[in-house]
Amino acid sequence: MPMKTWIEKQRHLIDFTLASLARRKAKNLGLLFIYTLLVFVLASVALYAHALRTEAQKVLASSPEIVLQRLVAGRHDLIPPGYLEQIGQNVRLRGVQKMEGRLWGYYYDSVVKANYTFMAPRDMQIPRGEIIVGPALERSRGLAAGNGISFRSYSGELHTFIVAEVLPQTSELVSADLVLMHEEDFRAFFKYPEGHWTDIAMSVANPQEVRNVAIKLLSTLPDSRPILRDEVLRTYASIFDWREGLMLALLSAAILAFGIFAWEKAAGLSAEERREIGILKAIGWETGDVIKMKFWEGLLVSLLAFLLGYVAAYLHVFHLDAMIFEPVLKGWAVLYPRFTLPPHIDGLQIATLFFFTVFPYTAAVLVPIWRAATTDPDTVMRS
Amino acid sequence: MIELTGIRKAFNQGRHNEYWALSGIDLAIPDQRVTALRGPSGSGKTTLLTILGCLARPTEGRVRLKDEDISGLPERFLTEIRRRTFGFIFQQFNLIRGLSALENIILPAYPTGQPRQALLEKAEALLAGVDLGQRRDAQVEWLSGGEQQRVAICRALINDPEILIADEPTANLDTKLSKEFLGILEKLADQGRTIVLTSHDPLVVDSAVVDFVVTLRDGRIVDAK
Repeated sequence: MPMKTWIEKQRHLIDFTLASLARRKAKNLGLLFIYTLLVFVLASVALYAHALRTEAQKVLASSPEIVLQRLVAGRHDLIPPGYLEQIGQNVRLRGVQKMEGRLWGYYYDSVVKANYTFMAPRDMQIPRGEIIVGPALERSRGLAAGNGISFRSYSGELHTFIVAEVLPQTSELVSADLVLMHEEDFRAFFKYPEGHWTDIAMSVANPQEVRNVAIKLLSTLPDSRPILRDEVLRTYASIFDWREGLMLALLSAAILAFGIFAWEKAAGLSAEERREIGILKAIGWETGDVIKMKFWEGLLVSLLAFLLGYVAAYLHVFHLDAMIFEPVLKGWAVLYPRFTLPPHIDGLQIATLFFFTVFPYTAAVLVPIWRAATTDPDTVMRS
Repeated sequence: MIELTGIRKAFNQGRHNEYWALSGIDLAIPDQRVTALRGPSGSGKTTLLTILGCLARPTEGRVRLKDEDISGLPERFLTEIRRRTFGFIFQQFNLIRGLSALENIILPAYPTGQPRQALLEKAEALLAGVDLGQRRDAQVEWLSGGEQQRVAICRALINDPEILIADEPTANLDTKLSKEFLGILEKLADQGRTIVLTSHDPLVVDSAVVDFVVTLRDGRIVDAK
């Protein structure tokens, strides 16, 4: 068959397919709605969990390989003066490039009922009396550069700071609730005595050595708790995987019900559809033409549902802060206050979702059509 | 043009309810003539018509079309023969609901890949030929029985077939519409088409339009004149 004729034939088939879809509006719109909803739910959960995992990886990529905490009676306690020096003297730590004490703590803002993380970064020069805030504070407290804000410390004193700048939104998971300040301001606010630290950050050049360093630290300093970056990453991943799994498990009954409904609607041929297939075959359509036409029909419905569902999920997750699934997936205690996830899309994830939604539907459409299309055309004479 | 030799047709073959609808049919359908198959219900008229129109295969026997044996051809080739050579007018008209008269008429031509515009022009000319030009865009379920039959006739003619097959064409029409149908049939016969139809209706079978009448009973030809 010449190419031009072949193209014209495909055009006719698609025209007829569109006309068929329009003729069975109620059935097809119902199917489209259900499939869109199914893709929306699955894509929302997958997009959200993936964006969280990617964020956690990005955050931890720039964090130290080991964070050393000190334990007293099994609880995290401050690093006392001389502890840092003791590590250098008593423990021969080969491969440790840098070791420094860190200052950070949590602050509960009763005005907006949110937790902030206060930090005194050693690699930034922040003038006394000034702070740099994360995007969540910008949103919740309406802060901008040049504004003043007061926090009441745990001792009851009121401390006033001027906002020097707002952190960019590149990775909100870590930066959303941050309040960065000068070391002196931090010690004054939390009444941290001079020489005390919250924990110790260690940079290890060779990743193979990280575990050895941690073992050596534990054996020499029994009151210490080394936390490896890889372990934190794995913990994050397992928490998000678990939440994603929990979410899908909760929704599985609904997904299954939707799936069965859609399958039944797609797979079941009405008497009218069977009659039409018989007519088409009797008037000269080949079995292949009928199957192709129905294939186009299934593909159009499922592709449209996939696109609508995925775009709706994208908007829901990245523009509406996943308002439907957020409480389960994010966890209020860990990630409070609100933060916006920057969009992360995984090609493999899209392909997987596509494979598990579009393919089963198209197959569900084709199997009964194939059966009906291979019956003898003379049945139409006897109907 | 069409020659049937020793045609037998069984349904449910090998099962307890096996039934032979045709039992040894030898028949030659003459070119450019109107042949009517008549007989009581269950005599095998429709079964014979489906075999003549390549809609079904015989269980035994040979079908020759233009001196070519087509009995053993695979379904794909039979479909092409059906599309190129035959036009069908069914008893229940078998139009597709929800589509317009024009869209129904061009359906058999879709697999040929002809440009849509050319098909629409051809369909409009056919509709005008049966005085239905003004109803071209009406959905077929809104048309009267007679109008639906004329649409079905136009659909049968869209691929310009040499042979027209009509199954009980006046069964759903009153006398006036049946006479109108005979008028159309006459025109088609005058164009030199071969027409094979089944009918109980004396108005059709005894009309001057019909050249040959084949009478069937219990799956056998009992008379041909």
